[in-house]
Amino acid sequence: MTDTITTTIDESLMKGSASSDTDEICLRVNNLNLFYGESQALTDISFEMKKNRVTAFIGPSGCGKSTLLRCFNRMNDLVDSVRVTGEIILDNKNIYAPDIDVTALRQRVGMVFQKPNPFPMSIFENVAYGLRLQGLNKRRYLEEKVEWALKGSALWEEVKDRLDESALGLSGGQQQRLVIARAIAIEPEILLLDEPASALDPISTLKIEELIYELKSQYTILIVTHNMQQAARVSDETAFMYIGEMIEFGETNKIFTNPEKQQTEDYITGRYG
Amino acid sequence: MIQQQGMRQKTRAWFNSGTPWIWMNAGAIAIALVAVFGLLLLILFRGMSHFWPANVEAFHYENASNSLTVIAEIVESEIVPAESLHGIANTGGDAEGNIERYLVKTGNRDILGSDFRWLYDIDLVERDQPEELMVLERIEWGNFYGYLNSVYENDELVASGDEAWSEFNQRLKRTIEIREKILHLEQVEIGAINYKLERLRLKERSLQLDDKLTEDAAKDLADVRAELNLEYQVLLKETKVLYQDINRDSIRAMVMDGSEVTVPLEKIVKAWQPNKMSLTEKLGFYVHSLWSFITEDPREANTEGGIFPAIFGTVMMVMLMAVLVTPFGVIAAVYLREYARQGALIRIIRIAVNNLAGVPSIVYGVFGLGFFVYFLGGNIDALFFPEALPSPTFGTPGLMWSSLTLALLTLPVVIVATEEGLSRIPRSLREGSLGLGATKAETLWRVVLPMASPAIMTGLILAVARAAGEVAPLMLVGVVKLAPSLPLDGNFPFLHLDRKFMHLGFHIYDVGFQSPNVEAARPLVYATSFLLVVVIVTLNLTAINLRNRLREKYRALDN
Repeated sequence: MTDTITTTIDESLMKGSASSDTDEICLRVNNLNLFYGESQALTDISFEMKKNRVTAFIGPSGCGKSTLLRCFNRMNDLVDSVRVTGEIILDNKNIYAPDIDVTALRQRVGMVFQKPNPFPMSIFENVAYGLRLQGLNKRRYLEEKVEWALKGSALWEEVKDRLDESALGLSGGQQQRLVIARAIAIEPEILLLDEPASALDPISTLKIEELIYELKSQYTILIVTHNMQQAARVSDETAFMYIGEMIEFGETNKIFTNPEKQQTEDYITGRYG
Repeated sequence: MIQQQGMRQKTRAWFNSGTPWIWMNAGAIAIALVAVFGLLLLILFRGMSHFWPANVEAFHYENASNSLTVIAEIVESEIVPAESLHGIANTGGDAEGNIERYLVKTGNRDILGSDFRWLYDIDLVERDQPEELMVLERIEWGNFYGYLNSVYENDELVASGDEAWSEFNQRLKRTIEIREKILHLEQVEIGAINYKLERLRLKERSLQLDDKLTEDAAKDLADVRAELNLEYQVLLKETKVLYQDINRDSIRAMVMDGSEVTVPLEKIVKAWQPNKMSLTEKLGFYVHSLWSFITEDPREANTEGGIFPAIFGTVMMVMLMAVLVTPFGVIAAVYLREYARQGALIRIIRIAVNNLAGVPSIVYGVFGLGFFVYFLGGNIDALFFPEALPSPTFGTPGLMWSSLTLALLTLPVVIVATEEGLSRIPRSLREGSLGLGATKAETLWRVVLPMASPAIMTGLILAVARAAGEVAPLMLVGVVKLAPSLPLDGNFPFLHLDRKFMHLGFHIYDVGFQSPNVEAARPLVYATSFLLVVVIVTLNLTAINLRNRLREKYRALDN
């Protein structure tokens, strides 16, 4: 019995900076390959992601970061010529199995796009959209959830008096936070952020980064970013990708200070990309 | 020399600056606008002048042998050389030079044989506008021109001379009230009973066909029928009393040849003395005439009276067509753009849809007749209305088939406009919706189609504009010269899709080319044309207003 206790203590010590109570594996990618028709966009990607951590994907343009991100909620299915081999295991189930309900998957894995895309409806209706999809239409319930989501994305104070106005009247940074609120309103497990701040000004970018830090405690976050400083600031683990391959994956500190691969070091020191 | 060169350079510079191009564009638009407005003003003027209570003149002719007085309204006048009239008019042989002649409306078709005639400026002694001249608008035989002599009640003289006019007007008012009561009784109440009796007969027949006509059922039906007949008798008695009442009064009037005629009041719709009326009175009369034109039923083979049933039929058909074409068009466009696999088959389908727009409309009419009326209608009759046979219910032209045919005609327009609208919606919105766990159908229904609604409205506007003006196909699938009742009335099921209806476009054709009295009808053609334009413009403006509101609501993302 002492052995088990020791092992447990040792393990948690080895895990290091675990600020969350569980360090369980949330997502596992096994030998993922993606083809657009004949050309291969992702080659043999394999890694694991832990719960309640922020993982950043960095790499030069066209290396497949967004493509990989979109694999997690099967948004690549929208393109006709796409072919995927390999597995992505979520909760012990391969999300590319033929019997998977894609819409249910997308309710568990939310996505925020590069350019804010609020619907041409009121702010309230935007945030409530995902909830209404699930059949939850009671006004009182929706009001609570909308308030909770907007507070969670740090937008509530700015819009609480104008929930019925069109979402298109908000600024870029506000729209992006609205979209984040829309995504977290349905309480997904994983959030995919595809360069969420690249279209925003520095102040809004800062707000988004603060938000990511706060959201980390409730969601597992994958973020694709062009901005290496942002990756360094925001993420716990970083993956460096180059022409469809994952070159290196590890703790952010390590990647940015003492990477193992030469390619990684070349990239972060700005020698190319 | 240098001056010439300078000029040439100036001209070339002017050409190159693009100014002539701008002038050409502006000129083209100006010409188009002038043409459109000119046309509208022309038909407005010609049509609306029909309702103005013009003064009536008395032409006094006198020559060696006899004298003649003609009482008439001047419609047109022109100057013709005397030689061309030789042999046509009684020019007295040696008149020279140019003679003025007038196209006048003498009315009194029952006495004179025709409404219009030409009058010549020969032997014309005097022209004046007697104040006491009276014009009567009648239910039959058109207008009456003459002098009021006396008023009679059941062959007893009641008033004559100066008091006659006011007495006459009082009684005319009463007569008009009674006439409206009779109309209401006959059309609405007796009409309802007739309708119920007919339904009863159909019910009986359908029970018969199913071999379910038991003695009890037959007795029940007979009871209801007896009840209805009793009601009918009561109403009939009422109408008889009213008919007696309305036949009570009559007037005696002197016509232009000096003889006296009796005109029963029940035949008179309106009476006025134009030469006595002030400008304000005439304006009031004019507005009243316009109002009756729009709200009353037609008389005398559509050459007199109002055109309300035609307006109603046109609007009803257009609305029904809009309701039919929108779902078909939108769903077809959604399928073509969102669901269908893009390939050769889709290209062929698209080409076919675009070609549909080029098919002549009369061909649609023939198709509608053959497929909708005979095939579909015949089968519907056999399946659902066997009791009415051999008299067809839906197996005959009617409102439903007309709207359906025109919906088919305007389908390509709606499909193209909707597809255009769908393609404008940015992918990011669709992805946003899908990313939240919506299915494609939900995304379409909640996000895409609402955003495409301005484009769908555009398609609808174009469809309405085209359909409201089509006449040729309608002649085959549902429009009639005179419809006995409106397709919408108080009898269940209120909207009768199997009824035939009247249509403004067809009305114009019918009145202009197929009426027995073309001269009398011509102003009506203009008036009806103008009204058709007004109806279409109103429909379009409503739709455009709606579309602008939708546009504001779904303003595209632009940051």
